[in-house]
Amino acid sequence: MSAPDDIATKQSVPFDAAEASVGSAATARATPRYVWALAAAVLAALLPLVATNFVLFQLTLVMVYGLAILGLNLLTGFNGQFSLGHSAFYGIGAYTAAILMDHWDVAYFYTLPAAGAVCFVVGFLFGLPALRLQNLYLALATFALATAMPQILKFGPLEPLTGGVQGIALIKPDAPLRLPLNPDQWLYYFTLAVLLLLMAAAWNLVHSRSGRAIMAIRDHPIAAASMGVNTALYKTLTFGVSALYTGIAGALGAIVVQFVAPDSFNFLLSVSFLVGLVIGGVGSIPGSIVGGLFVLYVPNIAESISTGLSGAVYGLIMLLVIYVMPSGAAGFARLAAAQSAKARQTWINRSERRSP
Amino acid sequence: MELLLQQVMAGLATGAIYACMALAVVMIYQAIDHLNFAQGEMAMFSTFIAWQLIQWGVPYWGAFVAVVAVSFVGGIAIERILFRPIHNAPVLTQLVAFIALFGILNSSAGEIWNFTIKEFPTPFGRGPLFGGHLISTHDAGMIGVTLLILILLYLFFRGSRLGLAMRAAAANPASARLVGIRVGWMIALGWGMSASIGAVAGMLIAPVVFLEPNMMLGVLLYGFAGAVLGGLSSPGGAVLGGFAVGVIENLAGTFIPYFGRELKLTIALIMIVAVLLVRPSGLFGRSVVSRV
Repeated sequence: MSAPDDIATKQSVPFDAAEASVGSAATARATPRYVWALAAAVLAALLPLVATNFVLFQLTLVMVYGLAILGLNLLTGFNGQFSLGHSAFYGIGAYTAAILMDHWDVAYFYTLPAAGAVCFVVGFLFGLPALRLQNLYLALATFALATAMPQILKFGPLEPLTGGVQGIALIKPDAPLRLPLNPDQWLYYFTLAVLLLLMAAAWNLVHSRSGRAIMAIRDHPIAAASMGVNTALYKTLTFGVSALYTGIAGALGAIVVQFVAPDSFNFLLSVSFLVGLVIGGVGSIPGSIVGGLFVLYVPNIAESISTGLSGAVYGLIMLLVIYVMPSGAAGFARLAAAQSAKARQTWINRSERRSP
Repeated sequence: MELLLQQVMAGLATGAIYACMALAVVMIYQAIDHLNFAQGEMAMFSTFIAWQLIQWGVPYWGAFVAVVAVSFVGGIAIERILFRPIHNAPVLTQLVAFIALFGILNSSAGEIWNFTIKEFPTPFGRGPLFGGHLISTHDAGMIGVTLLILILLYLFFRGSRLGLAMRAAAANPASARLVGIRVGWMIALGWGMSASIGAVAGMLIAPVVFLEPNMMLGVLLYGFAGAVLGGLSSPGGAVLGGFAVGVIENLAGTFIPYFGRELKLTIALIMIVAVLLVRPSGLFGRSVVSRV
């Protein structure tokens, strides 16, 4: 039996190695990370000028899934706790938004903090029993949550609120302030803004004192506890924050798709999040978006290659990707960055030798 | 009282299905230290091969033996081809490989044999056992075979050199390699054995749930639940856990008023989680202590 904490620890090794080998000489020349982030954000902001509404709708969903995967990443990637139950948090977020909008005519942008708050509380409470469980046992407990959620949403006495099997249909919001945008474009920008805000928040969280505590618990729980980290508190809080992220994603998803139904929040959605997490890179914030891209587009590509065998094609693509990039897109990017930095360094050394 | 007895027996019959699967799950867990999410689909695929052989006129027991053998080879092949190259990858990456294998097997079975449900024969007959109406002869046969496999496995792992080598390879690969055990092949062997046990489970389950590509999903998940409840390090515990899940599910559906029927699986799972909170390594599992 290997040590219980090796779910995510291996991820941190290539990261440190890459950082170390880039070294001091190369950092002066290598493009800083925020430049890449800024470029990506500008590119994303310009996309609606060229893309069709359907493509925009898909990209909005990519961001929604990316956000949900980011939530899972905070828990699994940074804190080392397994979860197969994030479809439940996504569903709770979606239903919170839908019920608020449908029953009480709450404006769609107010539903996001509400969904986040509800999910934070549920996640925090679920984190309490989860404290005692590790690895596969925790996976089972969260799996129970994922299985229970569609049944609870369909549950008879709650039907006036949840709409039962029928679900709830919503209306697509228009752009405010008479902005010259159609609803799809507006939702795209709205989702992009929420995503960037929450990504920045996640980045700050991970690079703060609390973030170090969270990762210390992942890497070595006993050492973390003996350094004075309140393991129980941080684990439950991380569970809450992770659920908050995924819940907000769920609320956004409900607004974008304009429909919620119990069976769309089943265990398979959790599996999709997990696939996205691994493909994007465990413990990487931008990797989550890559995961969102994979989860949304690759099944469609598989379907277009072969309708009957789409599951098999999807599986094969998944296998190919993890053979090429065993630690996800983020790990691959780090490796590539380290390689190119090394190449640049040798090139600099060579030219310095030649020039005098 | 009559109702209680009847529900317990019905629960034991469903539980036997879960127990079969739980046993296969624990087997591979002991051999490779991972839960195999594609286990159910491997069993389903084997059962389809058996069905095809029977359709071609092979007698039941001939098909049975052939499929167990084919599954053994197939399990080893999957390990060698798919999982050997990524055995150093992080656990989560391997999990995705299992999910991929799941998709591949499920989708190809659907393409080869299509999604209409098929009858699968049982060697035990379908009549009620001892003239009573509590449990059928097939259910009894299924419980019997599960227990038989359990005893054989116990003897194999406790009594044979190969079994000891496999346990050593799973428990401590580095030390096992130092004393001359070929750890890679032990893992492949574990895959082969668990594929065979899965095939047996599939052939026993198919007469009850009918044969179709998605037949194993529910069974596998509750088999997992049973395995985890019993403790992943204990095959006997897994079998008991499987039976327990079946009985709890049935009793909750019958005796918890108002929402019992609608939420019976949820209730069963919540009860299991409650048990785990008291015993975090399952009812019969040993908790793993690692040196720091």
